[in-house]
Amino acid sequence: MTTYIVRRLIAMPLLLLGVITVAFLLTYFTAADPLTSIIGERQMNNPAVVEAARERWGLDRSLPERYLIYLGNLVTGDMGTSFRTRQPVAQDLMVRLPATLELVIAAMFLGTIFGVVLGVLAARFRDGPIDNIARLFALVGASAPVFWSGLLVLFIFSVQLGWLPGPGRIDTRAVAPPFVTGFYTVDALLAGDWAGFRSVLMHLVLPASVLGWTVTGIVSRMVRASMLDVLSQEYILAARAKGAGPLRVLIHHALRNAMLPTLTILGFSFAYLITGAILTETIFSWPGIGSYAVAAARGLDHPAIVGVTIVGGAAFLISNLLTDIAYALVDPRVKLSQQESS
Amino acid sequence: MSAAVTRNAGPRAMLPQWATLPVVFGGIIVLLWVVVGITIPLWTPYDPTMLAGGRFQPPNASHWLGTDALGRDVLTRTLYGVRHSLPIAALVIFCAVVIGGTLGAIAGFVGGLVDSIIMRLVDVTLSFPPILLAMAVTAALGPGLGNAAIAMVIVWWPIYARLMRAQVLSVREREHVEAAIAAGATRPRVLTKHILPLCWSPIIVNATMDFGQVVLLAASLSFIGLGAVPPTPEWGQMISDGALHFYRWWIAAGPGIAILSIVLGFNFLGDGLRDFLDPRSK
Repeated sequence: MTTYIVRRLIAMPLLLLGVITVAFLLTYFTAADPLTSIIGERQMNNPAVVEAARERWGLDRSLPERYLIYLGNLVTGDMGTSFRTRQPVAQDLMVRLPATLELVIAAMFLGTIFGVVLGVLAARFRDGPIDNIARLFALVGASAPVFWSGLLVLFIFSVQLGWLPGPGRIDTRAVAPPFVTGFYTVDALLAGDWAGFRSVLMHLVLPASVLGWTVTGIVSRMVRASMLDVLSQEYILAARAKGAGPLRVLIHHALRNAMLPTLTILGFSFAYLITGAILTETIFSWPGIGSYAVAAARGLDHPAIVGVTIVGGAAFLISNLLTDIAYALVDPRVKLSQQESS
Repeated sequence: MSAAVTRNAGPRAMLPQWATLPVVFGGIIVLLWVVVGITIPLWTPYDPTMLAGGRFQPPNASHWLGTDALGRDVLTRTLYGVRHSLPIAALVIFCAVVIGGTLGAIAGFVGGLVDSIIMRLVDVTLSFPPILLAMAVTAALGPGLGNAAIAMVIVWWPIYARLMRAQVLSVREREHVEAAIAAGATRPRVLTKHILPLCWSPIIVNATMDFGQVVLLAASLSFIGLGAVPPTPEWGQMISDGALHFYRWWIAAGPGIAILSIVLGFNFLGDGLRDFLDPRSK
């Protein structure tokens, strides 16, 4: 067990270096000349400007040289300068990170609550209509393209019904709460701004629901399976025999024990949420890392693409590592099969 | 378990065991889309890229799903969309299975340094969130459906390499392989004739389950603007058009429902197959 975790921890920096290298190489072997996106197409005929830009952005150096410079800068937290925003990429990402985290955490919260409720109901009424409806709901969530379901809920709840605000993190007329954590909910509370807090929360509901729905299925499936596992055990029978009510048995005796394996998949669902966040942020004009990534990819903004890819890869690696460790801790059988396959 | 047995012995006893409701339902959806994709030019009254009526018409008798910003028929374009989504998904899965399968088989069979190199490549590739890697690759190669397909192969091959390697490793230990080696069969012959034929079934099942995910990712890339370019009637591209005019909900509704239905179909298929092959998850 410990050797497994230690091995995984040792592999981490190596994988991270691999991620950095691949991300860097990808933009080196690009078909389009990055100079076009730096100085614009009209200036491409002007040799003086081209030469100056080449030197200014280090494009005249060789590949190994550029790679080493990039690595060296990365260690000091410098990810280069975005062609598009003309800001340091690391700074761009730091400014946008809280927006993405706030969205992802809210989505994870909603997705987990719905997933647990559905999973418990599905296990309690196994193979009945409720089980089937829960399964269908979860499958639809995993199958619907978030970039369409996002549009749909915006149209229904914001345009038609007017219950919830449109895209963005806060009303367009309102001022963002003073920066403390970057989480608008927390910052608004810290500033004691109740109206602002309410507005921020209302803006979170739609994107977080759409994003959270994509992981409801993963959670509910896991909860259902482990609930069925627990419900068939003898202490549940004992609890029933002692006269505990059905709800008490379900929540107090069964769910508490079924939750442990479920916790391990939160890391797994995090991977889904990263993917979903990129598209959800685009639909909801959410100023996070996802919409930054899309803008960078569209604009062939190479430093920004490499930066986003590295940050995304690192987040993905860490969440996978935590998931695997959690699995190994909860279920010792997993460890062996994973050692064989890696 | 006993409950399941009695249930299966009911009126459905005549059907094969894999033909559960989800599998049949998913199969019908997928089959319908395949038929639509093949026969569509024969029976639509409109052309997918030509003006069919006034702009922004809401759904009506002559345009069941309305018309878009250029006055093209949304239903026609939606149905034509399957001619991009399914072939691309099939191509991506095929290439990923061939490349990943070959590398995985070599890694598992040869072992040693070759194995290490291939598997570290697999580890690094799987360290990226799929959509982010696909975006970075497509941005590097230049936008377009073909480049998006290459990007998706790069995203998917490691999954099959890992699967195939695990299969080869377990089949390699069986007695008939030992017998073949003792009989003097060459190493390539042992791999291709005695090991590989026994490795395919989990890979085929996995490929079926991945089909929906590839359709979804292809549409996502087009939605972002890295896949299909206008005026291609591609679903992600159409939803991206619809997002510009989202008060006119019908422009995105057709392609949205199309993606939902086809991915749902494959997920039903995969879900049912998994239940059948892995009874523990039931």
